[in-house]
Parts: sequence; structure tokens; C-alpha cells
Amino acid sequence: MSADFLYGIEVIINGLMAGVLYALVALGFVLIFKASGIFNYAQGVMALFAALTLVGIMEGQVPFSHLINAILGTEIHDFGWEVPALLAILLTLIVMVGFAWAVQQFVFRHLVGQEPIILFMATIGLAYFLEGVGDLMWGSDIKTLAIGLPQGGSIWVEEFTSGLGGDGFYGFFIDKLDMVATIVAAVLVIGLIVFAQYTKQGRAMRAVADDHQAALSVGISLNFIWVLVWSLAGLVALVAGVMWGAKSGVQFSLSLIALKALPVLMLGGFTSIPGAIVGGLVIGVGEKLFEYTIGAPFLGGATENWFAYMLALIFLVFRPQGLFGEKMIERV
Amino acid sequence: MFYREAGDFKTSYEADSQTFPIAFDRWRYWAILAVAYLVIPFVINDYWASALLVPFLIYAIASIGLNILVGYCGQVSLGTGGFMAVGAYACYKLMTSFPDVSIVVHVLLAGGITAMVGTAFGLPSLRIKGFYLAVATLAAQFFLVWLFNKVAWFYNYSASGQINAPERFVFGVPVTGANTSAPAQYLVCLVFLTFCALLARNLTRGTVGRSWMAIRDMDIAAEIIGVNPLKAKLTAFAVSSFFIGIAGALFFSVYLGAVEVGEAFGIQKSFLVLFMVIIGGLGSIFGSFAGAAFLVILPVALKVVGVDLLGWPTDLVAHLQLVIVGGLIMFFLIKEPHGLAQLWRLAKEKLRLWPFPY
Repeated sequence: MSADFLYGIEVIINGLMAGVLYALVALGFVLIFKASGIFNYAQGVMALFAALTLVGIMEGQVPFSHLINAILGTEIHDFGWEVPALLAILLTLIVMVGFAWAVQQFVFRHLVGQEPIILFMATIGLAYFLEGVGDLMWGSDIKTLAIGLPQGGSIWVEEFTSGLGGDGFYGFFIDKLDMVATIVAAVLVIGLIVFAQYTKQGRAMRAVADDHQAALSVGISLNFIWVLVWSLAGLVALVAGVMWGAKSGVQFSLSLIALKALPVLMLGGFTSIPGAIVGGLVIGVGEKLFEYTIGAPFLGGATENWFAYMLALIFLVFRPQGLFGEKMIERV
Repeated sequence: MFYREAGDFKTSYEADSQTFPIAFDRWRYWAILAVAYLVIPFVINDYWASALLVPFLIYAIASIGLNILVGYCGQVSLGTGGFMAVGAYACYKLMTSFPDVSIVVHVLLAGGITAMVGTAFGLPSLRIKGFYLAVATLAAQFFLVWLFNKVAWFYNYSASGQINAPERFVFGVPVTGANTSAPAQYLVCLVFLTFCALLARNLTRGTVGRSWMAIRDMDIAAEIIGVNPLKAKLTAFAVSSFFIGIAGALFFSVYLGAVEVGEAFGIQKSFLVLFMVIIGGLGSIFGSFAGAAFLVILPVALKVVGVDLLGWPTDLVAHLQLVIVGGLIMFFLIKEPHGLAQLWRLAKEKLRLWPFPY
């Protein structure tokens, strides 16, 4: 096999791994959209906020220290202790559940029955709000997330595959972190599916996703389900935040992964969990392959910014509800 | 007492179909125009022009444009930043290629070019609806910004990748470039805003506007009663992009003077203009003005209070600003989902009866 062909395969594998991370963010969108019809733009900022909180708790920072110092004129920064990673993750989860409750209680409970565009705008407002709160709580400097995830290329894979090609080929370069992310994402998706299929709350969640009124009439509390869904989205955001944060540092640009997840959603359909995963993989592979074959050599690179959108756009013209979305039937 | 139709007799068809049927509204309209054209240019200074008034005028044009698309025709667009960039770069290319032609013509032509680009990106709206369309317009946003970054022809191969507005004159007064005075900047934008607002107001009252609203309220029903969805949607995209293109051209040439595309016309700009439209009120020209004014004034006011009065560090105030803007947006949507225009409508209803309770 020629080296070019093998490098092409390497690009595809790396694209798949990137796609897993996109799918992870898209999953959070789908969960909320299915259950409440809210298109949650704040998902990316939730990932950022979760990662910031995790780092802040681990390093023992005092929340809002900047604000407190400005008002009271004090000089406090941290408690002086360090929290082990697992405990910190647990605490972050509690924060995310509290956040889910607050969002439901103070914002979306009052917006039930509004038009989707209004709900969407509210989540953009929420995104701004949460970004500001995150910066106020933990500061806006770039932080490194050190919870012991492996980094760098996998030598094992590289040595194992170097025999495949000729002299010009040195084996596949695959980031260990991407491999971990793939495994974590798989576990998370399986966990979510099991939760939705076999637990009482999960079934209630699916019932709400199917039909709000019918769910209400059999005694399911919509309020509880929506808090639950936002909490699950918070969990997904935490996982996505940890993975992206470990990859590129915890900083503002982390919240932009929400924009990466949008074409994934379009491709897969807003209401389908398998759609989010397949869409993520297609987009991940597609944009890496396009950049490798056409973007970098002919178009001057950085095509990854828009290729996913164009792909999704062209795809939608032929299938307006996405790959797995529900077919829209409109009546007058 | 003074705000009602009674006693205001219409004796011709023109009088019957005029924009403001109530006499008080007409007086108010002329009074505002008089203040805007005859008072403000003489008292304006650089700070007021660059911090508040000029951005307000330009954003008002952009949000009228977006309001036509989102509020009147119901097609949600997140590509505003990209279309503004088209306007800005079209204006730049025209200004540098044809230095002898008036800048006013260039700005209008830039709007026309943006209208064509907008129509092209509006084509998918015939198949795609709702959020799928909103996300699809993001393709325009990212692709256009990438294009203006990568293709050197658009920025005349300048080393920095920026575009800089050369000096141009209207009636012998510089309106772009370094020597522009605050009143000149202000007046140019004001003239364009007046033109756009009149155009938008009359378009939305006429056949085109009614077909837009029919499509917005229910596109299938509209199609059945004989509204051509292709024509209605594409004209909405074209007119909306025309306004947004003018706003982009003015934003670059008159207001900023030098622009780096990713910074000035990024996705944040799209959201900002959409916020103006939503907070102001969907489907209302007045709402576009109110929303633009609100979101231009708010950050400035917060900065004045935070940095200048309380003496807090700027980065802290910037973070607080995010919290407050985000919180206010949510608050507004909960309290008044139909925007500031709805408050205005309610006030007018009350005024009609005043001083009687019923």
C-alpha cells in the first residue's frame, strides 16, 4: 500500500476521533431539544463552565474572588488546598445539577408555550450570562486541566502499524487523548441509552419527549423531567468540557464547540441520538478529509471553519429533516 | 385627549392611507426628524458620535434589514455578520476601483451586491425551515468570513489583511478617512437610515410586505391562497440583505475606517443584531430602532457606571457586562416576549383613552 493512501486512512481515523467529540456536544443539544423543544445554544458555554468549575475546585480557588476583592478591597485568591480529581468531578456535577434547577426555575418555567425562536434567544442570553458568571467566578485566564488523562501520540499504535507501508511511512499517529475520549463517549452513550430504556425516570423522559400533554395526564412532572434533562445535558457538557479542555486548555474558545456541533445536528436531525453520533462522525471525517485532499493544497487551508456547514446545507436541500430526524408533516 | 383619531377627517385617499393616521404621531415624526437633522448635528461631539449615535444609526439600518427577514417573513437568519462583511468589502473594492464615483453610489451598490449574495444564500430557504434554516445561514456566516480572509484580491493584497477606507467626499466634506468630522459621519448615516426606514415602512405596508407576512404566519396556507413562496422568500432575503449590506458598508467606511473581517463581522455581530430585533420587537420598524438603541446604550452605560463611577477594573466590568446583558435578555423575553415595540403599542393604547379609564 502506498504511503499516501495510508496517510489518507490516518486522516480518516483522526477525523472519526474528532467526530466523536463533536457528537458529544451534539448529544447535549439533542437531549434538551427532544424533551423540551428548546434549542439550547448555551450547550457550548455549559461545557466551558463545567470545565472552569472543575479546574477551579481542583485548585481550591475562591469563587468570585475577583469581584470580592474589588468590592471589599481584600486580597484573597485560593483556599490553599487541592481537591482530588474524582471528588472535584462529583462537586462539579452537583454544581451542574444546581444550575439545571436554577435554569428551569428562573427562566424556562416562565417561558413555557412561547415560540421556539424566543426560547432559542433565551438560551443565547443564558449563554452570555453563564459565560460572564464563569469568568466572574473563576477568572478568564487560560487554565490547564490536569486530571491525569494521557496526552500525546500513541507509540504503541505507531509501532504496530509502521510495517504496513513502505519506507516513507512511519505508522499511524493517533492521539491517546482522542482514544480515551472515544471510549468515554461510547460509555456515556451506552449509559444514556440504558438510562432511557430501563429506568423509570428515563422512560418518563421519553414519554415527555413524545407528547407533553399525554405525559402530564399520566402523572409525570414536566418540571422534574426538564430539570433532569438539563442535568443530563450538564453531565454531557462536563464530559465534553473535560475532553476538549484537556486537549486545548480551558479558555473561552471552548464555548465555540457549540458552533461545531450545529452542523452535526443538522446532518443527524435535531431529535435523534443516533443521528448526533453518525452526524458527528460524518462531519469529523468529512472536514478532515476535505482539508487534507482539497482545502490545504488548493484553497489555502482553514476550510474546517465552514466545510461542515456547507456539507450540512447541501445535504439538507435533499433531505430537509436530516438523516434521522422525524419527517415533518404540515397541515393547514 | 390629544392622541386619537376623532376630529381628524380624511378627505382624500392619500390622507386615508398615510403612514401615521393619527395627527399626534405625524407631529412627533416631524419633530424627531427636525431634532435629528437640525439640532443634533450642531451639538454632536466626537465621543457622542463614535460611542453612541453613529453605531446606533448603523445598527438601526441592520436591524431593520434583519427584521424584514425574521420579523416580517419569518426566516431566521444567523448570517447577518457575513452579509455585513459582503457590504463592507464590496464598498471597499468599489471605492478603490472607481475613486471618482461618489461614495453614496458605492454604498448603494454595495447594498445591491449584498442583496445578490443574500438571495443566493436564501435559496435553501425554499426547502429548509425553522432552526435548520437558522443553522444553514451560519454556513453563509463562516464561509464569507473565511473567503474575505483567504482571498487576497478582496483586500487588495495588503500585508495586514485589513481593509482601510480611503478619503472620500460628499459635497466637498470628507465623510470617510481620518479627517472626518463627527457631524459629517452622523449626517451620512442619518440620511441612509431615513431612506432605509421609509423604504422598509412602505414595503411592509404594500403587496410585498403582505406576502411576506402571509408566508411567516403559515407558508402552506399562503401558497394555497396564491402567494408565490419563491418570490416572497427571495425578495425578503434580497431586501433584507440590501439593508444589511448598506449597514456593513457604512460600518466599515464611515464608522470604523479600518476593518479586520473576523473581528468586525464575526458570529457575535450576527447575534447582536438578532438580539436587537428580538428585544426591539419582531415585525416592527419602531422595534428595530428601540432594540438598536437599547443594545448600543447598555454597554456604554454599564461601562460608565462600573469603570468611571465605581472604579472597578475593566476586565471585571466586562465580565459583569456579559452577566447583565445576558440576564436582561432573559428577563425581557420572560416579561415581554414581543419586545419593546409591544410596550410602545400598549402605551399608545393607554394614551388613546387617557384621561379616562375606559
